[in-house]
Amino acid sequence: MSVEPAPERFRALFEPRGVVVAGASSHPGKFGFVALHNILTQGYAGAVFATNLEGGEILGVPTVASIDDLPADAPVDLAFICTPAAANLDVVRACARRGIGAAFVTSAGYGEAGEAGRAAEAELVALADELGILLAGPNGQGVVSMPALLCAQIVAPCPPRGRIAVASQSGNFVSSFLNYAVQTGIGISRAVSAGNAAAVTVPDYLEHYAADPETAVGLAYVEGVRDGRGFFERVRGVTTLKPLVVLKGGATAGGQRAAASHTGALAGDDRIFDGACRQVGVTRAATVEEAFEAAATFATQPLPRGPRVAVVTTAGGWGVVTADAIVRSELTLVPLPADLRDAIDAKLPPRWSRNNPIDLAGGETRDTIPEVLELAAAHDEVDAVVYLGLGIQSNQARMMREGRFYPGYGLDRIVAYHERQDERFATAAADVSEATGKPILTATELAITSPDNPGPRAVRASGRLCYASSNRAVRALEHLWRYARYRRSRGL
Amino acid sequence: MAGTVTLSEAESKQLLATYRVPVPDERTAATADAAVIAAGEIGYPAVAKLCGRGIAHKTERGLVRLGLADADAVRAAATELLVAARPDDGPVEVLVAPMLRGTRELIAGLHTDPEFGRCVMVGVGGVLAEAVADVSFRLVPIERVDAEEMLDDLRGSALLGEVRGEPVVDRGALVGILLGLAALAEAELDVLSVDVNPLVVVEGKPVAVDALVELRT
Repeated sequence: MSVEPAPERFRALFEPRGVVVAGASSHPGKFGFVALHNILTQGYAGAVFATNLEGGEILGVPTVASIDDLPADAPVDLAFICTPAAANLDVVRACARRGIGAAFVTSAGYGEAGEAGRAAEAELVALADELGILLAGPNGQGVVSMPALLCAQIVAPCPPRGRIAVASQSGNFVSSFLNYAVQTGIGISRAVSAGNAAAVTVPDYLEHYAADPETAVGLAYVEGVRDGRGFFERVRGVTTLKPLVVLKGGATAGGQRAAASHTGALAGDDRIFDGACRQVGVTRAATVEEAFEAAATFATQPLPRGPRVAVVTTAGGWGVVTADAIVRSELTLVPLPADLRDAIDAKLPPRWSRNNPIDLAGGETRDTIPEVLELAAAHDEVDAVVYLGLGIQSNQARMMREGRFYPGYGLDRIVAYHERQDERFATAAADVSEATGKPILTATELAITSPDNPGPRAVRASGRLCYASSNRAVRALEHLWRYARYRRSRGL
Repeated sequence: MAGTVTLSEAESKQLLATYRVPVPDERTAATADAAVIAAGEIGYPAVAKLCGRGIAHKTERGLVRLGLADADAVRAAATELLVAARPDDGPVEVLVAPMLRGTRELIAGLHTDPEFGRCVMVGVGGVLAEAVADVSFRLVPIERVDAEEMLDDLRGSALLGEVRGEPVVDRGALVGILLGLAALAEAELDVLSVDVNPLVVVEGKPVAVDALVELRT
């Protein structure tokens, strides 16, 4: 990175007034077609242009031979470059003449392609620097900016709009994170496939996200970190402002180095990386789904003020294994405070667990679940709640609705009641969380086994993640607590 | 390794002591007679080790004599150690130290990494340290809170509590050692690595029973 990209130039990448696809293609299998297709179909409101040496119209866009031939008065800030590497120096020069501030280069044949490719990449970077153009890529899969409804990428999908910003050294992981966003409804603000990250690096994007008002949390995939110390010095500034979730590939590669000392022999890359993450408040995830779910939780739940968790459940076994997961984590299963126990006693027949997990044991009536959620979350000795058992009644209701006796025998009324209740419980979890400023995480396997179940559906409608199992909710909550503790212990 | 030299155990500990790493009350002796005088000052039982810049693998070479109960034992051990020195060991002495007992052994150190630069480390130590591999690293410089969190990182952090009748480990002293190592890394730019292993916990207090400092030349 030879120049610090100014925020204004990131605006050209993420909030362009107009986009030109350089090297647009009429062949639906080519990147130059797919990129144009995705920009045109996902709601981008700015002007869209395309260049093609042979001219003609592609997807209704009349092409011009060169960026120099674009209409003089058209505001264009971003060039999405799909031309062969050999053409790109000229394309970038044309961008500069036209006042285009950012170029996303998908073209391959650069640093990933041997000695000649590395030389071509260095030349491209030097030219972009000299001309003051923000160069993303090369060899990247694209950029997404949902506030601008911009989906300039050569892979699916277009995610819902939200507050997670992605920067990835692997284009496929951008796509994977966006797929999770589609599935869970927890949306994306920006996403960029950094490609070879020849000019703009992953920490550059992360620093921009830290300053970006559309973004609540950064989510990064990194493989080789070229300058490990420099990386952590920079992300320390990011985590001061916002949580940052990092998934690192190659955790087991490299391994131990040959070393004379025990300390050196124990100093695998990954152990140092792990320690440095904790040192600068980076949330390190072990798996792809854990990374997304941690980011989704940061984006949608308040930070806990402490580690004490109460479990509210209508599913006994899930309550027990969730308690186990909490005990194995850095969270604590709070012993049920006596006044909270008395307050719940007043709401339930005596067979409830009278401890944490708060297992209602089937004693609940119409309003019990929202009331117990509220009692638990509002208590001073509870920092977070995990809610289990949502959607069980609606799951039975579905069998009734689809069975041959429906709507007779009163089935229509009981089905409607259960579905209404599960919606209500999901909404109550979000409302109580909002009112108390404490995280309430709802977990049920129905989130993936029966995503249309009114319970999980209502969790999504409330803007929150419905966790596919309680251990995943506990893991996400643990990440929130660790970050909260990092901030607190450093006076942030 | 090319371009590096290791300090003797005595020199390593002297350097560490200036950064407030607790080391035993030890003496070096050039002769068996001097070793007996040193042991008399320190008290029995004593330990004798051959000590020199060229001597890195003392235990493997049988150059450590433990549990020496009296002057005769010290004299005999020191005589044997000095005879055992090889020509390529260079100048050697006998290091006479008190026999310290503790069931808990930790490891602490410094490492210079090509990607991450200077790192400080703490872990479960002893001869099985590498096999157990329960360690935590941070990039230098570190703050007190980082040192505290390094101890929390260890899977074996329960070792720091009360164990088998031995008292709780003085966490403040451990934190002090890690801060001392980090300060050493910042001030002594020619130091490539430091191994303190074992860092034996004696009645709750960690003591650097063995140490090796590697310098860039």
